[in-house]
Amino acid sequence: MKELASIAWWKWACAGLLIYTVVGGLLLEVPRLPILNESIRNLYFHVPMWFGMIILLTVSAVYSIRTLLKYNPLDDLKAQNSVHVALLLGILGIVTGMLWAKYTWGAYWSNDPKQNAAAIGLLIYFAYMILRGSFADEQLRARISAVYNVLAFALFIPLIFILPRLTDSLHPGNGGNPGFNSYDLDARMRLVFYPAVIAWTLIGWWLVDLMNRVHVLNNEEVEA
Amino acid sequence: MRNFLAGLFVILLGFLSAGKSFGQNSVEMADQLRADGKIYVVVGVFLLISAGILTYLIFIDLRLKKLEKQRSENQKELKK
Repeated sequence: MKELASIAWWKWACAGLLIYTVVGGLLLEVPRLPILNESIRNLYFHVPMWFGMIILLTVSAVYSIRTLLKYNPLDDLKAQNSVHVALLLGILGIVTGMLWAKYTWGAYWSNDPKQNAAAIGLLIYFAYMILRGSFADEQLRARISAVYNVLAFALFIPLIFILPRLTDSLHPGNGGNPGFNSYDLDARMRLVFYPAVIAWTLIGWWLVDLMNRVHVLNNEEVEA
Repeated sequence: MRNFLAGLFVILLGFLSAGKSFGQNSVEMADQLRADGKIYVVVGVFLLISAGILTYLIFIDLRLKKLEKQRSENQKELKK
C-alpha cells in the first residue's frame, strides 16, 4: 500500500481518465449521423492516438533542442524514447484509421491526403530511429539525431496540419474547413474527447518514463 | 367524402413516415443493444482489459522503483 502511494499522482489521474473514457465513450450520447452511425465513437479512440503522438513528438523536439543547446545524455534519451512511443501511437492510429475507413469510406486506403501525409510522417520518424542506430559515438549520435529530429518535426507539422487542408480530404475539417467545428464534435462529444486525449497522452508519457528509467538502469554512465 | 378523407389520411400517413425516414432519429444506431442492456457487457470487457493493462503498468513501475533503490544503495556503498 505504501508502495502504491509512491506512484506519481498523474499516473493515477491517467488511469482514472482512461476508465472514464471507456465508460463515457461507450455509454454517453453521440450525434446520430448516417454512414458513421455508432462508429462515430471511434473518435474517442482513434483520434487521441494522433493527438498523443503529436504531443509526444513536440516533447521530443524540445528535448532535442535542449540537447543541442547543452549536451546532456538524459535529454537525448528522453527525445529518443518519446519518438519511440509516439511511433507506437502513430502505428495504432494508422491501423485503427484504416479499419474505420474501410467501413465508412469504403476502402482501407483511399490515398486520402491526410492518410498519405501520416504515412510519410511515420516513415520520417522510422528514419530517425535508423539514424540513431548508425552511430557508435554517443555525443555524435545525440547531436546529429537531435538536428534531424528538429527538422523532422518542422516537416511533420505542415505535412499533417497544413497540406491536407489545401486540398480535398475525406478527413473532417480539411479542404478549406477549419478544424473540428465543421464536424459534429458537439459539446457532448468534447466531454469525452478531451479527457481521452489527455488519458492517452499520459499513458504515452508513462511508457516514455518507464523506457527512460530502464535505459538509465542499464547504462552506468547516464545519471538520473 | 369518406373516400376523400381516407385518401387524405393515407397521404398524411405517407408524409409522416417519409418525414420520419428523412429525420435525424431514423439513423440506425445500436439502440437495441442498449435496450437489451448488453452494451454493459461490452463496457465490462473494455474495463477489464484497461484495468489489466493499467495494473501491469503500475507493476512494472514498482519493479523499476525497487531496482532504482537498489542501485542508489549500491552506489552509496561504492563511494564509502
